[in-house]
Amino acid sequence: MLPPDSSRRPALLELRQISKRFSRPLDLAARLAQKLGAAISAQTVHAVDRVSLTIGRGEIVGLVGESGCGKSTLGRLALGSYPASSGQRYWRGEGGTTAIDDLPATQRRAVQLKMQMVFQDPYASLNPRLRVGQAISEAPLVHGLITAQQRDAWLAQLLHKVGLDPSLGERYPHQFSGGQRARIGIARALAVAPEFIVCDEAVSALDVSIQAQVINLFMQLRDDLDLTYLFISHDLGVIRHVSDRVAVMYLGRIVESASTDEIFAHPHHPYTQALIAELPVIGGHRRDYQAIRGEIPSPLHPPSGCHFHPRCPYAMAQCQTLARELREIAPQHWSSCILDGGGE
Amino acid sequence: MKILLDAFSPSWVERCALLVLIALLLGALAAPLISPQNPYDLAQLSLSDGRLPPGSAASAGQGVQRYWLGSDDQGRDMLSAILYGLRISLLVGLSSTLLALAFGLSLGLMAGYFGGRLDSLIMRLADIQLSFPAILIALILLAVLGQGVGKIVTALFAVQWAYYARTTRSAALVERRKDYIEAARLLGLSTPRILFRHLLPNCLPPLIVVAALQVAAAISLEATLSFLGIGLPITEPSLGLLIANGFQYLLAGNYWISFFPGIALVLLIVAINLVADRLRDIINPRLQKQ
Repeated sequence: MLPPDSSRRPALLELRQISKRFSRPLDLAARLAQKLGAAISAQTVHAVDRVSLTIGRGEIVGLVGESGCGKSTLGRLALGSYPASSGQRYWRGEGGTTAIDDLPATQRRAVQLKMQMVFQDPYASLNPRLRVGQAISEAPLVHGLITAQQRDAWLAQLLHKVGLDPSLGERYPHQFSGGQRARIGIARALAVAPEFIVCDEAVSALDVSIQAQVINLFMQLRDDLDLTYLFISHDLGVIRHVSDRVAVMYLGRIVESASTDEIFAHPHHPYTQALIAELPVIGGHRRDYQAIRGEIPSPLHPPSGCHFHPRCPYAMAQCQTLARELREIAPQHWSSCILDGGGE
Repeated sequence: MKILLDAFSPSWVERCALLVLIALLLGALAAPLISPQNPYDLAQLSLSDGRLPPGSAASAGQGVQRYWLGSDDQGRDMLSAILYGLRISLLVGLSSTLLALAFGLSLGLMAGYFGGRLDSLIMRLADIQLSFPAILIALILLAVLGQGVGKIVTALFAVQWAYYARTTRSAALVERRKDYIEAARLLGLSTPRILFRHLLPNCLPPLIVVAALQVAAAISLEATLSFLGIGLPITEPSLGLLIANGFQYLLAGNYWISFFPGIALVLLIVAINLVADRLRDIINPRLQKQ
């Protein structure tokens, strides 16, 4: 199967058929009951189900979906923060065609350092007992990227770059506002000179006015430092603003992926259509919004076939059995709906 | 001093406790300087002064003018004996607590951070240890090891480490799920560095309180063991041993030989407990922010 791919840019990170299953092992009593013939099996959640995603160098990929659809898990799989249950990650530029997790240890560590994360919660993501200057400069000092003599000048420069006063480095996290902490979190990620950053709901916890500032900071940093982002959010407005390309996720699978303009102009998958149709428009006078019917199903017992069929207005008999892979239905536009590109 | 007291607590009971604790610590530290005689230098004792009631004048003036708290059966000044006894009680209590803290904390951090089998192994060991009464374990250990300061510290260490392991683990379990630990891992920091520089400082507040309370528990356990005659040798008498020493004269009306060391022990333990309780409130970050 071909990976959904913007491919106009050289790939930086490629995820191939990557899955993450969380299962709770059975306790002793349950194992005993199983031995005695009870119909008990370990409960497994397919948080991410055979997802392939290629992220081009310098690209901002927006990952959007409802709460619990596996967005954050996919972001952490990309970073290697969770070990994948199956599937591989490839880092282009180093390692060639060898999967990241198969690289020799030193090389793997070097690649991992190129990938960093900016977290959602600006409070929990900073160590409350470290001065922010220490928190930011610790890793580059440990890895020998800077020397102790360079540290102060380097720190001042980095703080300035993320829009903070260089004199604030001696303070503790609780002395900062949410927006400032978000900037500190960004500075900490940038400290090891990464190429790829996963922003997991990085602006969701912020006020709208601060959101805009931080988003602009992200955009500016991309241009200055030649960064690549995987931008995870449930907020379509934010995604539309920042992304070059959007991937829509539903219950552990990517259901549609296309460039931002394309997907907002011509959404193909019924789920994407429903999401975009309900997007509030500035200046519009719409008052009635139609929620997608039903709840997102439990990932413990996902629906058969296409995961969306119980909620889909166009569902057909086939949808209950057939789970289609993503297919290119227009140049650089990938969808998994049976109705798209029909004919089979 | 006033500022320290104001900052410490608005309650006069707790202020008194802090003052008493400081006074006892200073008394113990400065015992060789301030006590009227060295109670273990036999040359300074006169047997003819045995079992004198509090306030009696000394017969032969060898440093001691008056036995303010009486003297024991060997003519030893009780005030001096108590000051020296405090030294030993505090030394044993503090050193065993620090050792147990260092050991239990390391195990608890590893159990909380790594989880899985290591966690189960360490915590089951702690459970087994905690399922026996502390005094029983200490009794058995001392019966095997024999007497001595080092041995009683070992016994108290064995009794205490599980408390710290448990407290640290529960704090570490909460902290390790926070984003800053994941960030540290992504930044490629080594595991020991994450454990001791990132995880540990955030697990410390409850530990400080537990440690302060455990010092009191260790001192009272040591006094119990010494009272039973299996703790410290007679050459290094702690408060417990002093109490045991006067026990046989209690019914003969010579109450002071047991009574005053007992008062000193009670004061010390109550003061430590009150100060530790207050410390818990001070360290609580939710109250700190105001």
